[in-house]
Amino acid sequence: MQRIGVFVCHCGTNIAGTVDVKAVAEAMKYENGVVFSTDYQYMCSEAGQNIIKDAIKEHKLTGIVVCSCSPRMHEATFRKAAQSVGLNPYMVEIANIREQCSWIHKDMATGTEKAIILARTAVAKVHLNAPLTSGETPVVKRALVIGGGIAGIQTALDIADAGFPVDIVEKLPTIGGKMSQIDKTFPTLDCAACILTPKMVDAAQNENIKIYSYSEVSGVKGFVGNFEVTIKRKARFVDETKCTGCGLCTEKCPQKRVPNEFNLGMDQRRAIYIPFAQAVPKIATIDADYCTMLKTGKCGVCSKVCTAGAIDYTQKDEFITEKYGAIVVATGFNPIKLDKYDEYAYSQSKDVITSLEFERLTNAAGPTAGKLLRPSDGKHPHKIVFVQCVGSRDTRECGKSYCSKICCMYTAKHAMLTREKYPDTEVYVFYIDVRTPGKNFDEFYRRAVEEYGVHYIKGMVGKVIPEGDKLIVRASDLISNEQLTIDADLVVLAAAIEPDKTARPLATMLTASMDTNDFFTEAHPKLRPVESPTAGIFLSGACQGPKDIPETVAQASAAAAKVIGLLVKDKMKNNACVAHSDENMCNGCSNCAKVCAYNAISYVDKEFRMPDRTTRVRRVAVVNDAVCQGCGACTVTCPSGAMDLKGFSNKQIMAEVDAICK
Amino acid sequence: MSFSNNLKENVIRSAGVDPKKCMKCGKCTATCPNGNEMEYKPHQFVYMVEKGDIEPLMNTDSIYKCLSCFACVERCPRGVEPAKFIEAVRVAKIRKQGENHLKADMIPDLLDEDLPQQAIVTAFRKYSK
Amino acid sequence: MKFSYYPGCTLKTKAKELDKYARLSAEALGIDLVELENWQCCGGAYSMAKDEIASKLSSVRALAAAKEKGQDLVTLCSACHNVLKQVNNDMTTNEDMINRVHNYMKDEEPYNGETKVIHFLELLRDVVGFDKLKEKVVNPLGGKKVAAYYGCLLLRPSKIMAMDNPENPTIIEDFIRAIGGEPVVYPYRNECCGGYIALEDKNNAIKKSTLVMESAEKNGAEEIITACPLCLYNLNKNGAVELPVKYFTELLAEALGVKGEN
Repeated sequence: MQRIGVFVCHCGTNIAGTVDVKAVAEAMKYENGVVFSTDYQYMCSEAGQNIIKDAIKEHKLTGIVVCSCSPRMHEATFRKAAQSVGLNPYMVEIANIREQCSWIHKDMATGTEKAIILARTAVAKVHLNAPLTSGETPVVKRALVIGGGIAGIQTALDIADAGFPVDIVEKLPTIGGKMSQIDKTFPTLDCAACILTPKMVDAAQNENIKIYSYSEVSGVKGFVGNFEVTIKRKARFVDETKCTGCGLCTEKCPQKRVPNEFNLGMDQRRAIYIPFAQAVPKIATIDADYCTMLKTGKCGVCSKVCTAGAIDYTQKDEFITEKYGAIVVATGFNPIKLDKYDEYAYSQSKDVITSLEFERLTNAAGPTAGKLLRPSDGKHPHKIVFVQCVGSRDTRECGKSYCSKICCMYTAKHAMLTREKYPDTEVYVFYIDVRTPGKNFDEFYRRAVEEYGVHYIKGMVGKVIPEGDKLIVRASDLISNEQLTIDADLVVLAAAIEPDKTARPLATMLTASMDTNDFFTEAHPKLRPVESPTAGIFLSGACQGPKDIPETVAQASAAAAKVIGLLVKDKMKNNACVAHSDENMCNGCSNCAKVCAYNAISYVDKEFRMPDRTTRVRRVAVVNDAVCQGCGACTVTCPSGAMDLKGFSNKQIMAEVDAICK
Repeated sequence: MSFSNNLKENVIRSAGVDPKKCMKCGKCTATCPNGNEMEYKPHQFVYMVEKGDIEPLMNTDSIYKCLSCFACVERCPRGVEPAKFIEAVRVAKIRKQGENHLKADMIPDLLDEDLPQQAIVTAFRKYSK
Repeated sequence: MKFSYYPGCTLKTKAKELDKYARLSAEALGIDLVELENWQCCGGAYSMAKDEIASKLSSVRALAAAKEKGQDLVTLCSACHNVLKQVNNDMTTNEDMINRVHNYMKDEEPYNGETKVIHFLELLRDVVGFDKLKEKVVNPLGGKKVAAYYGCLLLRPSKIMAMDNPENPTIIEDFIRAIGGEPVVYPYRNECCGGYIALEDKNNAIKKSTLVMESAEKNGAEEIITACPLCLYNLNKNGAVELPVKYFTELLAEALGVKGEN
């Protein structure tokens, strides 16, 4: 017979506001096996935990029920408290009377009644709880960072600095990400390349960092501390160990008409290319979609000019498998496609561009060598209209309901820089709200208005009409309540940003959760912002939500700290609530092994003594405690009832159901 | 005031869209081909309906200026679809006794030989009950 | 192939050519357009008021009649198409209206938006196919520069009309190409001509129609085509530019070599 203690938490007024906590504690006193029951304002506080500890000692409790918030919040807290006074942590049960009761009820009587049922249910379960111990597995002391933008680079550098090996997987031929395409950064106007490229070089030269460029994650197995990841190294048709990055091939390749993605298609590159001068690794890549040799077998110019003998037209995709203790997702963002916003004529006029295209047009390494010239005719624009919130805060299917967060600031930057460099240019910014919460952000925006004379107009652009070599911009000025028509030379659209398309399939591989916008979900929005709810998966940068560079770098370092905290451990405590097969009942059907997502179940031939004293060999299931994640899929699949989950046995669950129905 | 509130509810019900979803971006007015002709512009219809300030809208010519071109309905990023408020106010007005904006005896003077039936029917639909 | 056909009142009076050339062309293309019996005027404009129901009943009747025959309903006039399609959408989404319509009509089998409404242009694109249409052309336009004028009602609201990209449509341009013309793309092709405002405020219609025509002319158009009788009227009558404006069906019949027939 268990000796059970019940502890009812008020959670301030969170629970006590709609649940009569004293009545719950009182009712529990009469439950079978309960020898102590009390309530307290904050059970999770030190004083609250002491009440639990003292009661365990004083009343020789063998199990406890804490009626409080969700176990996701404080189960670990109360288990630790119990363990500190010698009670097995798995003898602690949480009755969630906050999220599942007080928060959803308005009426005290109903809330109290339900809380009593939930408490009674937990008591019924504790009666059948047994002490559990978790095993340990060694932690693989290597981290994987998926994505080589500023987020991934910063995370990798910090992990490497702590002495752990870390691999970066980047899908493009070079690391650097979006930041490498940006000209200057707000609010300080540092040159992006000047602060990014040294970090790229650091990453390349750090002996703890290995960069798999032009590669993708194609499979993930295992669990926290012991992931096994398959990486697809796409064929670049250039031997990375031989290529010196001299770039001769990229000058001699006769296929000159490939849209250059680094400049967003505003100029062209060759079929063999190095994305930009500071690329890391500085290795050429052949674009198989355009290479004449690969398509027709006739050409071979790059191979002829390569003195290093690095060209290899026979190269195939390669798959390598590596073990990691932790995985960091840093897959970043992209501007949305604007084909559903053609009222702004993006696909009808070359002179309607996105803000990222504007970055390239003002970048010294861009298609115009940094001169602001119109894509259509190469003329200098004298009147520029910036349109904010294109696709952001748009609740329609084609739009994004969220604020993309970075657009107000980069537009202020674009407007200011334009006015500084070309004072003869008139600049208009149409905005709905100017959002500048950040250190020195609002001051920056005000400088654009007050010192640089940028015309900020509250209102939206309704339509852009390409007419001759002008763009007729029809807009509203909501302050003066008039309709405006501006004949602009260039229109720049602040397109909403969205997570990279590779994020969704990656999340599936990692079993990491995402929100409806395909941003990765954090374990707790306030208290665990860089961890995924899936253990061992960490989040860095814009894959978790729109972010500017300072925020991205901060989060990247935070994710690194979490990874380091994991990798310094030699061993990981396993989940104690794992599946267990009763070999006497197992009929060896393999159904459990088939449904196990973690490959935790294997089969062994075992000798059994029969009633007639003979022996017989039977095939039975065995669960690998270190691999089992306790999902329970096998227990419901097992036709003979042999499989059960420790801590969540069929008996325990039935006892809970009975208690609810009592 | 109770009358006005009632009127507001009627107009919102009739419009079938929610003025509270408006984020006041003004794209409706920016894109309206007839906005220049209106005393109250599309975004003001949304805001004034939300405030319950409907009388001035009932008494402005602006309710007859909407061309039913659906540009604001198409382009509103919040699904507020401002033309529906203009229509709702117009309907509230012409449903009142003697408030027809166009009367049958005015028609002959407005006609020309090429004018398609479609224009006349539409005008009746928009101007009278 | 048999389709129910809703011509609408204007096509019986001021826009007879729009109707006539469509019928001749359909015949040449092996399409059987069966005019609905006893159809009534759609009202010309879809009332956006959700509680305005009486004026939408005529559309429901037409839709229900097509359903009874088990045929898709083909429209030609942009306004009729817009009204029928929006009312059809109401009959699947506006519960209050659905109930009131059912109570009023007391049909044995109540109508619930089953009929598919397709515009004649969609018929050409999706049923005949522009490639097939091209094969049947006997008098190609010979590279004539033709500007498509969509106006408002064919395209918007696009989530209901679902014909084409409302901001950068291609259906009429593809049609022009199929019959041997060279489409002229100009920015005002989906801007309003003024519509029914012509009745009360002629100057306003003049301004708007002129803007459309000037834009087409500036971009090299020799001719404008449209599917809407009111657009045709406004451009022809109120647009201050001398540019022929025709129904798209007239060019179609000409290209198919059936224009002279009666």
